[in-house]
Amino acid sequence: MKILVCISHVPDTTSKINFTDNDTAFDKNGVQFVINPNDEFGLTRAMWFKEKQGASVDIVTVGEKDVEPTMRKCLAIGAEKAIRVDAKPVDAFQVAKEIADVAKNGEYDLIIAGRESIDYNGGMVPGMLARLIGAHFINTCVSLEIEGDAATAVREIDGGKETLSCKLPLVIGGQKGLVEEKDLRIPNMRGIMMARKKPLDVKQPVTEVTKVEFKSFSKPAPKGDVKLVDAENIDELINLLHNEAKAI
Amino acid sequence: MSLLIYAESENGKLKKMAYEVASYASSIASNMNAEVTAVTINAEDVESLGQYGVGKVLNVKNESLKAFNEESYVDVISKAANEVNAEIIVLSQSANAKYLAPALSVELEAGYASNVVALPETENGFQVKRNVFTNKAFGMADITTDKKIIGLSNNAFGLHENSKTPEVVDFSPEIKGSGIEVKSVDKNTDKVSIADAEVVVSAGRGLKGPENWGMIEELADVLGAATACSKPVSDMGWRPHGEHVGQTGKPVASNLYIAIGISGAIQHLAGINASKTKVVINTDEEAPFFKAADYGIVGDAFEVVPQLIEKLKEFKAANA
Ligand SMILES: Cc1cc2nc3c(=O)[nH]c(=O)nc-3n(C[C@H](O)[C@H](O)[C@H](O)COP(=O)(O)OP(=O)(O)OC[C@H]3O[C@@H](n4cnc5c(N)ncnc54)[C@H](O)[C@@H]3O)c2cc1C
Ligand SMILES: Nc1ncnc2c1ncn2[C@@H]1O[C@H](COP(=O)(O)O)[C@@H](O)[C@H]1O
Repeated sequence: MKILVCISHVPDTTSKINFTDNDTAFDKNGVQFVINPNDEFGLTRAMWFKEKQGASVDIVTVGEKDVEPTMRKCLAIGAEKAIRVDAKPVDAFQVAKEIADVAKNGEYDLIIAGRESIDYNGGMVPGMLARLIGAHFINTCVSLEIEGDAATAVREIDGGKETLSCKLPLVIGGQKGLVEEKDLRIPNMRGIMMARKKPLDVKQPVTEVTKVEFKSFSKPAPKGDVKLVDAENIDELINLLHNEAKAI
Repeated sequence: MSLLIYAESENGKLKKMAYEVASYASSIASNMNAEVTAVTINAEDVESLGQYGVGKVLNVKNESLKAFNEESYVDVISKAANEVNAEIIVLSQSANAKYLAPALSVELEAGYASNVVALPETENGFQVKRNVFTNKAFGMADITTDKKIIGLSNNAFGLHENSKTPEVVDFSPEIKGSGIEVKSVDKNTDKVSIADAEVVVSAGRGLKGPENWGMIEELADVLGAATACSKPVSDMGWRPHGEHVGQTGKPVASNLYIAIGISGAIQHLAGINASKTKVVINTDEEAPFFKAADYGIVGDAFEVVPQLIEKLKEFKAANA
């Protein structure tokens, strides 16, 4: 089984979000970048398929050169090959198109992406990708088993779960649950040394078409001060929620 | 000009989100002299969509669509879009809608913007305001294609009446089979889901252990609320993963969010910030959540919550 894991390179969750160039671009100054958390769960699940079922695992990122340290981290965790499509991601469709080209050329059976990225968090790339390559798609995937060419997956739905099955090829939008938090892999010294020798191929983009473009960014208005209510005066809280906030 | 909405239902009953999406689309339509058509799948009482400006309903009744299935539903909705030549298609951001929209956008060659929180601005292209960086910021996204798909964030627009009497027509396109088989659905039907909830009661590590969740569930019960939790609580297995909210969990955009024994870490706040009114109950007055909340009680959850339950019961009884 050939697995491709889509890795998005995103600001660390503790990052303060600021914009530059007249609020038209994200300010990367002083920001630490990490593997998108949803992708980290997917990558660890892929490692399990590699170790237990002899799958091969490649990763792909659409991005400029600054994403390479994140990709090396994935190689250190255990991916065999990394493919970087040398393009600045503008919209989900363009990214999906680029990954679709990599996916078709590499004849992957299973493509693991994340439910959403925590930067522009569209939750759009994996579903588009699946359609573009004619694969099945399972979103918000919290469990995945593969036997031969058959996949069984559990998907989170509003208020519950659903068990699905289909044939490969399959694209998933994965998240926590694919593996547990405590089982996430952290690169060790040996992995980091080995990663230096692993291939990181740079591929030219195949499309320039975009459909949605960010024109500007803004931040939420600062919030007013919290109104404190005495712990002995719950009636006051209920009064405020009812009459002021109209929330109950 | 024609707009299409996908009006979601569950067990035949239209969801509140369906009416919200209708309100949003008819607000766009009224500025453009256009008509809003809704496509419904196995829903009852579809005329009620007229109350929120829907002029026409493509009413699909089909046993094979009883269980949600991405491939078949995409097929139906894209055929409905073609039927009415829709230029703008609006969906909610329920788990199922988020599942469908990307595939629809490829199928219809439409640009898609998700997590949209406001009406489009059309002076300069077709720009929609959307949440980015998990609610830490907004971006103005310009959809440049002729056909456009908008994923409207839940509770971002609200319900706006605009009464019409819709024309209801049966719509029964030929449906391609799906290669995805739904084996089983495990859904707690007597609990409100986080996505549907008007009120969410959420608790964190301050509750000390899973055995103390009884009062959280009771509070949620009184308020007709969904229960949620912080990430460590689900990581430790005190609560199911499906309850984990925040930047890496589910987003919450409820009317009221009550956080009990949650410190208010940046990753937690990011995911719940879109909620309208936030209440925090925490022993530590320095907890960061107090900076993000509208109302706060500095106090011990084990004393405050039982009182709150009692007082709310009294309030409900008096206001029933
Ligand atoms: C990559 C990454 C992603 C993350 N994503 C998320 C996410 O999506 N969602 C999320 O929630 N977290 C997330 N976190 C974790 C986050 O950083 C915090 O660790 C977490 O939110 C803390 O949970 P908590 O508030 O329940 O626990 P704590 O921080 O331990 O806080 C417990 C609080 O309870 C209070 N308390 C104690 N006893 C009582 C009492 N008797 N009555 C009332 N209050 C009491 C304490 O004063 C304290 O403020 C993420 C972290 C990382 C690194
Ligand atoms: N630039 C990218 N390169 C590779 N994969 C990506 C990229 N952007 C998004 N993805 C994948 O698509 C998932 C969902 O991203 P998004 O649609 O941006 O929310 C991510 O979790 C990744 O797996």
